This record gives sequence, C-alpha cells and structure tokens, in this order.
Amino acid sequence: MKAQNFSIMGSNKTKSAVEKVAQWVFTFCALCAVFAVFSITAYMIINGTPALAKVGVTDILFGTVWKPTAGEPSYGILYVILTSITGTALAIFMGVPIGVMTAVFLAEAAPKKLAKLVKPAVELLAGIPSIIYGLLGLMILNPLVYKIETFLFKDSETHQFTGGSNLISAVIVLAIMILPTVINISESALRAVPKQYKEASLAVGASHMQTIFKVMIPAAKSGIITAIVLGVGRAIGEAMAISLVSGSVVNFPLPFNSVRFLTTAIVSEMGYAADTHREVLFTIGLVLFVFIMLINVVMTRVLKGGAGNES
Amino acid sequence: MKKKSVKFLGLILAMTLTAALMTGCGETTEATTEAAAETTETAEVATEAVEETAEVVEEAAVEEVTVEGSISMAGSTSMEKLANAIAETFMEKYPSVTVTAEFTGSSAGIESLTAGSVDIGNASRELKDSEVTAGAVQNIVAIDGIAVVVDTANTVTGLTKEQLVGIYTGEIKNWSEVGGADQAIVVIGREAGSGTRGAFEELLEIEDLCVYSNEIDSTGAVLAKVASTAGSIGYVSLDVVDETVIALALDEVEPTVENIKAGNYFLSRPFVMATLGEISAQSEAVQALFTYLASDEGKQLIETVGLITVD
Amino acid sequence: MSLERKKKRISDVVLLWLVYISAFISILMLVGIVSYVFIKGIATINWEFLTTVRSSIKETNGIAGNILNTIYIIVLTLLIATPIGIGSAIYLNEYAKPGRMVRIIEFTTETLSGIPSIIFGLFGMIFFGNTLGFGYSILTGALTLTIMILPLITRNTQEALKTVPQSYRSGALGMGATKWYLIRTILLPSAMPGIITGIILSIGRIVGESAALLFTAGSGYLLPASTEGYLSKIMESGGTLTIELYLRMAKGQYADAFGIALILLLIVLGINFLTKYLSRKFDVRVDRR
Repeated sequence: MKAQNFSIMGSNKTKSAVEKVAQWVFTFCALCAVFAVFSITAYMIINGTPALAKVGVTDILFGTVWKPTAGEPSYGILYVILTSITGTALAIFMGVPIGVMTAVFLAEAAPKKLAKLVKPAVELLAGIPSIIYGLLGLMILNPLVYKIETFLFKDSETHQFTGGSNLISAVIVLAIMILPTVINISESALRAVPKQYKEASLAVGASHMQTIFKVMIPAAKSGIITAIVLGVGRAIGEAMAISLVSGSVVNFPLPFNSVRFLTTAIVSEMGYAADTHREVLFTIGLVLFVFIMLINVVMTRVLKGGAGNES
Repeated sequence: MKKKSVKFLGLILAMTLTAALMTGCGETTEATTEAAAETTETAEVATEAVEETAEVVEEAAVEEVTVEGSISMAGSTSMEKLANAIAETFMEKYPSVTVTAEFTGSSAGIESLTAGSVDIGNASRELKDSEVTAGAVQNIVAIDGIAVVVDTANTVTGLTKEQLVGIYTGEIKNWSEVGGADQAIVVIGREAGSGTRGAFEELLEIEDLCVYSNEIDSTGAVLAKVASTAGSIGYVSLDVVDETVIALALDEVEPTVENIKAGNYFLSRPFVMATLGEISAQSEAVQALFTYLASDEGKQLIETVGLITVD
Repeated sequence: MSLERKKKRISDVVLLWLVYISAFISILMLVGIVSYVFIKGIATINWEFLTTVRSSIKETNGIAGNILNTIYIIVLTLLIATPIGIGSAIYLNEYAKPGRMVRIIEFTTETLSGIPSIIFGLFGMIFFGNTLGFGYSILTGALTLTIMILPLITRNTQEALKTVPQSYRSGALGMGATKWYLIRTILLPSAMPGIITGIILSIGRIVGESAALLFTAGSGYLLPASTEGYLSKIMESGGTLTIELYLRMAKGQYADAFGIALILLLIVLGINFLTKYLSRKFDVRVDRR
C-alpha cells in the first residue's frame, strides 16, 4: 500500500453522505434478488392464468388431447404433466441409487489413488453443459433403444414405432445427467460424517458395510436429501438435452412411447406459438414453476424434519 | 478524499458514456437510412436499367450508392438455406447493411412481422386470411418442392398419393404393405406451426388427421432423423435433400426442379417473404433486398440454392 | 452364533457388490463420455473451424462468430452481475441485522438458484425482450443470465466475507474508519479470492447455459462486419457455443457438434482447474450451487 496522504477521519458531512449512499446501494443490490423472484413469479402468473380462464382449468390440466393448431383447438396437457412426473421419478429411481452407491465407493470403499482420480472427473462431468448429454443420447442411445424397441415389438400390430426417440431414452439421459451432482454432494455428505460414528460402530463389532449403511448413510441423510433435491430440480427442469431424444409427440408416458415433457413442450413450440396457444404454453411454464416450488418446499421440510429429529 | 470523488465521477462518466454509445449507435443507423432515402431512389432506377440490359454486372452506378441500415427476418426453417444465402450475398454487395435471420417457424415469422418486431416474415406456405387482414403482404420469391424422404437402406423408391396418405394417417404401418421389406414405418413430421407441415397436410387433404411418431422442429432435423433411423419416412424442403436420404417419386413423378416447374410434381409450395404493407412502403434497405432478389443475380442465387424462381 | 455371522456376511457381500457395480457403471459413464467427445471432436477442430463462420457461399463451416458471442455474453453478464452480487453479499453480511429482511432475501436467493433455466428463458424473453424492447440480443441474454448467476456470486462472496476475522472490522471501526472505507480497503481485498472463485464458477455456468439463451440471445452466427459492428453486436442476436451445438446437432451435423462439445469440455476443464488452484492457494471455501 503506497503512502496516502488523507486521513480516515474526513469531514463529517461528506462521510455521512457517502456512507448513506453506500448503504443505499448495497441494500438495493440485495433487494435485486427479491425483486427478481417476485417479477418472475408475477410474470409467470400473469402470463399463465389467462389461458386457464379462456380455455378452462379442467380442459387444460385434465384434457388429454393436444391439438393447438387444429380447426377446433384442444389444449389438454394432462399427458405432458404425467410425462414430466413419470420421467423425473424414473430418472431419480435410476440415478440416485447408483449415485449414492458410487459416493459410498468413493468415500469408503475405493483405494485412495482411484478416489483421487475419480473425484475431479466427476466434478468435471457435473459442470459440462447438459446439451452434451443430449448429443450423446442422440448418437448412442437412440439407435440402441431403437434396436431394443424393434426386438420387443417385433410382432406388435398396434405399436407406433418411434425410432428410439421415446420416454426411456429421455429417462436414461436424465439419469446420467444427475449422476455427477448426486455423487458429488453425497460424497461430501458422507465425508462430513464425524469419524467417531464410524469408529464407534466398528468398535462394537459391526462390519464395514453395516457401518456404512446403518450408521453413516443415516448420519449423512440431510446431505443426501439435498443431493436428491438438486437432482430432481435438474431433471424436471431440463429442456434442451431431452428435446431431441424424446420424440416430442403428446402421448401417455409409456417407456417406448414418443412423449413430450413440460419443458420440451415449451421449447419446441414457443418459437412460433400465437395467441391462445402461446398463453397455454405459459400456463405450462406456470405448472412447471409450481411443481418446482412445491418440490423445494416439501423436500426442505422433510430435510428440516429429519435433521430436527436427529438433533 | 480527492481520490474517492474522482472515482465516483469516473464511474458516472463511464456509465453515461456507455449509455450514450448504445443509444448513439441506434440513432446513427436511423439517421443514415433517412439520408440514404434520396440516394436509394436513384439506386432503384439504376438497378432497373441494369436488368434491362440483361447482363449480370456490378455496375459502377450501383456500387456508388450506399444502402445502409439493418434488415431483420424471422420465420420458416425450410427457408433457412435461402435466407442465409441472401443475407450473405446482400451484405457483401452492400457492406453497410446488416441482415439477420431467426428461424422460428412460418407461423411465428408472420406473427413477428405483424407485431412489428421484424422487417420480413418468411413463410414456406401461402399466407392465411387472418395474416393478410393483419397487414402482411405476400411476396412470393421462389417455389419450393416438398420431398418425401426415406433412409438409404429402404428399397421402396416411390409411392402413390393414396399410399402416402395411408402412411401418414396411420392406416399403413409396415413397409411390406407398399412393396418394401417387413419393417415398421416410423412416421416423422414437423411441429404444429410448421409451414412445411401445413403445406404437406393441406396438399394431401389430411389436415388434423396425421398420426406422427416424431414431431421435429426443423427441416434439417427431420432430414437428420430420417437419415439415421431405419424404416422412417419424413417430408423436407427439396433444397436440403442430399445423399444421406432417398427422395421418393410420388405418383411416379420424381421431385426435380423441372417437374415442379412443369407442374407435374404435386407437392410444391411458395416461399413467401412477407412485408407489413407493400414493398414500396418499406425501408430503403428492404426495398433494395427485394430489387436484388428480382434481379438476374438474385434469381441465379435462388437457383443455386436449389429452388425454383418465379417469373 | 456361526449361522448369524454367515447371514450378515451375505448381505454385506451383496451390498459391497452393489457398491462396486454402481461405481463401475459411473466410472464407465465418466470415461466413456469424456473419451467419446474427445475422439469424435478432435477431428473437427482445426484453424478453419475456429476462425470462420457458417457460409454456404464461401463453403466454410466454422464457429468463430459463436466464440465471439460466448465471450461477449460472459463479459457482459459478469459486468452487470458482479457488482450487484457483491453488493448483495456486503449488505447481508455487513449491514443487515438478523431478522425477517435477511431471511426473505436469503430465501429468495435460494429460490432463484432452484428455478430451471427454461423459466428464466421465458421470463427474459417477455421482460427483457418484449417489455423492455431489447428483442433477440446479447443484452437480453446477458440480463437473463445475470439473474441466474446472482445467487452464485452472492453466496461465494458471503462465504469469503465470513472468513475475514471480526478483529479487522472492530479494529478499523475503532480507529474511526467509516464502514464504506472499511469495506473498500479491507474487506473486499481480503474477500477477493472468494469473489474471484464465484466469478469463475459463474463463467462455467454461463458457458453451459442453453435453454435460457434460446429465446433471449437468439442464434446469430456471423462476425461483425465493421469496427462499429463490434459494439452494436450487443444489441444484435448472437448464438453462443451451446446454442450452435444444439442447432448443428438438430441438423445432423454431428462431427461439428462434437467439435463444439470438445471445446466446451476443455473450457469447463480449465475452469475447474482454476477454481481448484485458487481455492487451494487462498484457502477458499467454494459454494457451487
């Protein structure tokens, strides 16, 4: 620090003026986040509700026919909602167990050198743009699933072949996508478990595996739940990665059906939707928004509940 | 103390400078386009003289005129190749003009046009009555064929109109029913707002009756999907067809430029570059663009892209 | 007694095998993804790819315009978001008294980080694009991304500020320094490593964004034609690397897509190294969410 020839005790007037301005500026900055969240919520509601009024809540939310550009348009998004729910649930069922088990491996069962190599690689994967998962899904997964599809439905008269772009492809892409996040956070959670728990458990004669699954994982519960919440958030909010592998036709969510998610519905039609069609797309956005908020609140409550019980 | 106030002043100065620059840039373009008003009138007279001599020459007279400004286009993905080619050659000819294009689908393009957010709306179909009443003027710049494509492993080389209708309405499900191998048909099409889909379904009179297994967002993507999925069928703009797919003959007429010009191939539609109001009421830059398109140079460009010129 | 031990051992063995299999699957994915992208992408990357733009007339197919757009968006977003994020953190850590205000602000910051990017994209499209009239432009994209990365910068700055010992503050205030002076000359410099980490993490997030940019920054791919063009580019549509990847992938130009994917992978790798290096060197606590 070079010599500065001013005193930190300046004139009172300038000091308090500058102080006030500084405080105002900082308060304003902090309120930006609040403002942003309120604006987003407001805009989603303002833009999402007109359609509900125009077309009718039951027609939109519980209708099954999506033909927005037909002579007599129909805006039923029930299948789309079900697809997002089923797809996310399946992705979680696939991804979380593998992720948590891998975290166990990295934190407990792996040779130190391997763990040191794998952890940064997992962090790298957590950071790559999700669209790359979509690219790989398109190139590798779709043809594979198509082969399976042809095999399974060889003699079917009724199955509409999707060429590999269907729910199961999308689910696998989502599951792989949330793996790094789940692994990273679960592993940190496991490592954060106090050593005494592990040592005490081993001391009373439990095996390593028993210690891990009966003592450490429950102790790391809040961290693992955070991992799951983040995984769910990532899965339900993903749009670009699955838009090219899911088929984009509004259907009931069966594994080998071409399907449309809440997110892909917005992405594929927002570019060109007009009037009521556009308003319904915002309603879809609103439904998605509500889901995310619900999940966040419910999961955090479960988390708080769990942690509360422990302490 | 001095340093603080200097810093604040500097910050404010920087902010005002940036603000001024940003607004300044916008203003200069408007100012120059108005100044160019007089010169472009002379430019139009000059270009007409060029056309009359029937020589594609870069006249010194034309180069003296500086057309400035920006042109924004939005719309059909089928017109992407044409729009990009036009943008490039036009910007080379008139370096002070910026031409940008977004590919959002025909219906979206016209909607952006009538909303006033773009100068030209690209549609790969004729304008609807509602669009004309909203002020869009239909300027047909080229004719395009819609090619029905299959993957290269498919042995089928042609279909009748009835067979095509049967496939797309879901009645014919297997290639063996139309003379091919025993393979399920994967029916691929465009999204609901697509001009290509609108034209396709209208020409075959199967609007709202199509059963798709995949609804894809752009002509290029349909091409890619068909090329990589065995047993698939799809419809694309003729100018994107390449060796990765086979274009089927319909009613024994091959999809070629000659057949379309002669009127034998029935799947053709106009490429419309719509403007809000007549061309003569547009900005100088836009008028120059349409003059260019009508010139021999422009027509040659259209044919190089793979389309049919309008006489 | 011996029967009991055998039963326990079986479940142990099963669990251990499950752990090994899961780890194997995960590691396979890891290695598979990285190597696949590398192998498929390395062939496409050459000087021409990196310095030309898509042109059917000149028959080039590069991504120079997109690289420029990505740089523009990173710089613009950081220019706007960093002051706001740091200001936010300073307020929360230095000025605010624990109470409802703080809880609301922290709750909304948490919420913001949980909203999916497609919703930001929708909001950005209507608010910045339509209402404020910026249309499809890099500015619209940057403003949208600003609200997305705000939580990241705020949280990391907060963490950094928390590590500054309380004695610094009391000492300075005891000598009569004003709060603003304290923040400017003592707190911010000490918290700089954490702030920089937050910035680097944000760059990673920005580079990987696609859904939020599709309807805000658009898909422009050309390089500016003149020097003024470089400034006015901010108001024009500009597709970043991820958007370009999506478009090429959709059109079936897989070789190009993998080339872009490899570049993105290398960028993320670089960012990860930087973050690790900085956090180790300056002993910084990193919050990645």
